[in-house]
Amino acid sequence: MTVAVRTVGVRKAFSGHEVLKGIDLEVSYGEVLCILGPSGSGKSTLLRCINHLEMPDSGYAWVDGQIIGYELRGKALHELPVRRLRAQQSQLGMVFQHFNLFAHRTVIGNVIEGPMLVRGQTREAATKRGMELLDMVGMAAKAEAWPSQLSGGQKQRVAIARALAMEPRVMLFDEPTSALDPELVGEVLEVMKRLAAAGTTMIVVTHEIGFAREVADRVVVMIDGEIREAGPAAQVLANPSDPRVRTFLGRVLA
Amino acid sequence: MAAETKQGLSPQDLPPPGLAVRRLVHPWRWVAGAVVIAVLALLVRAFAKGQIRWPIVGEFLAADVIVKGFGWTLLLTFAALALGILLGFVFGVMRLSANPVLRFAAWLYVWIFRGTPVLLQLLIWFNIALVFPRLYIPGLVDVKMVEVMTPLVAAVLGLGMNEGSYLTEAVRGGILSVDRGQVEAAHTLGMTPGQTMRRIMLPQTMRLILPVLGNSAVGMLKFTSLAATIAMPEMLNAAQRIYFINGAVIELLFVCAIWYLAGTTLLSIGQYYLERHFGRSAGGRA
Ligand SMILES: Nc1ncnc2c1ncn2[C@@H]1O[C@H](COP(=O)(O)OP(=O)(O)OP(=O)(O)O)[C@@H](O)[C@H]1O
Ligand SMILES: [Mg+2]
Repeated sequence: MTVAVRTVGVRKAFSGHEVLKGIDLEVSYGEVLCILGPSGSGKSTLLRCINHLEMPDSGYAWVDGQIIGYELRGKALHELPVRRLRAQQSQLGMVFQHFNLFAHRTVIGNVIEGPMLVRGQTREAATKRGMELLDMVGMAAKAEAWPSQLSGGQKQRVAIARALAMEPRVMLFDEPTSALDPELVGEVLEVMKRLAAAGTTMIVVTHEIGFAREVADRVVVMIDGEIREAGPAAQVLANPSDPRVRTFLGRVLA
Repeated sequence: MAAETKQGLSPQDLPPPGLAVRRLVHPWRWVAGAVVIAVLALLVRAFAKGQIRWPIVGEFLAADVIVKGFGWTLLLTFAALALGILLGFVFGVMRLSANPVLRFAAWLYVWIFRGTPVLLQLLIWFNIALVFPRLYIPGLVDVKMVEVMTPLVAAVLGLGMNEGSYLTEAVRGGILSVDRGQVEAAHTLGMTPGQTMRRIMLPQTMRLILPVLGNSAVGMLKFTSLAATIAMPEMLNAAQRIYFINGAVIELLFVCAIWYLAGTTLLSIGQYYLERHFGRSAGGRA
């Protein structure tokens, strides 16, 4: 399997408090990796370091042949100018816990904004592809609606379509269903399962153990800024070797 | 059970549905209304009987000089407002710049232009030739300042730069209240800081500060009357020149009042439609 994403010794501290203590991770093309862990263990920070929304204090993420945010010159990593960083970031689709739809754009407007502005596509081309994606997430009928008119689950499906519109190499999900009413979780997970089945490379931070068990190729469990357990979903969830992981899983599976 | 229903109606005594309902009368509402109407009537009577020659008001309402003056008033309003909005956005964005020098420059601008009276600023612009007799930019212009700093130019600069200092703060507040998550979403889609500002932040800032802009427009229409003091031939100045000759002071001031009211009313209507346009996205759940 070809490696798509690798994080190398990613460390990050916020005002002295070390949130990531050197994370090494690997994801292959077509693989779904789920990241589990208690609140505050650094899962979001890890995703945000991978797509460089946060700059790691040390270490870096490598995605699809490029070091994100830096250029290797000689023995140093040189910070990239913002334009080139953005070009890299657009290869990483990000889905946020709180959707973050553009409030002043309609549903289709949200989806075509990136392709038009960043990829320079015409409105027609972007709209054509955008409608296909909205159809895929079951939101084509709401293309002209405003985000404020949608339910949480609908917003998140639009957010997924918006990220997919950039044709990213990897999709990152940060607790995509945590802000949803329980009865809306399923429709979003359904879309994600379809993406996984289509061979999308995905890193998913989630509390949905059922989703991890069913869809993830591999699962890692983070506790206090460290990866304490990693392996095939069935193995990690069924008999974890780390006692703290066992406690954590015992709590969430109960 | 029996104890509970003793004082009230017992279930078998309840009236049938569909009884007529007599609404509560509010006598004091009628009294208050009557008092206010009486006061208004007295006021109208007072003005009708007062020493105002209403025919003169009517005569000058559509007089050439006044209408032309109102034209200048409108021109000045829109020019100064446009300058103010432009400066407000430029300095408002600068206020939030990562560059401390730009931040300081914007702060300095607000400090000076919000911290001094607008009338004083008008007078200073109008008399700027005392400081800089020539406007000289090497290779571009070299002219006498008095030729450049006409009353109109001084008024636009004075009112516009003063307005800009207020709008800077409004724009800054508007930008700050745009959801950070949307900005991050824009970044992950690959938008540059400039694109994020233009396409994501400013349009939403626009909606947030529209009420402020509406007030600015109404205020600006009225503040243009200050330009009468620097010989700008706007409406109040025109009215003054007439009443210095014919002595119909109050009549001409009333003429101005009517025109200003008409202007501010129109602006308020415009504001309503603009806010409705920019408020589209805030619509309720379908
Ligand atoms: N921008 C920031 N500034 C300061 N502290 C931060 C910042 N972002 C995260 N933290 C801190 O870092 C720690 C890890 O946060 P993070 O959001 O990565 O946890 P998480 O595993 O995603 O938790 P959750 O499941 O609650 O989302 C927390 O203690 C949090 O308070
Ligand atoms: Mg998180």
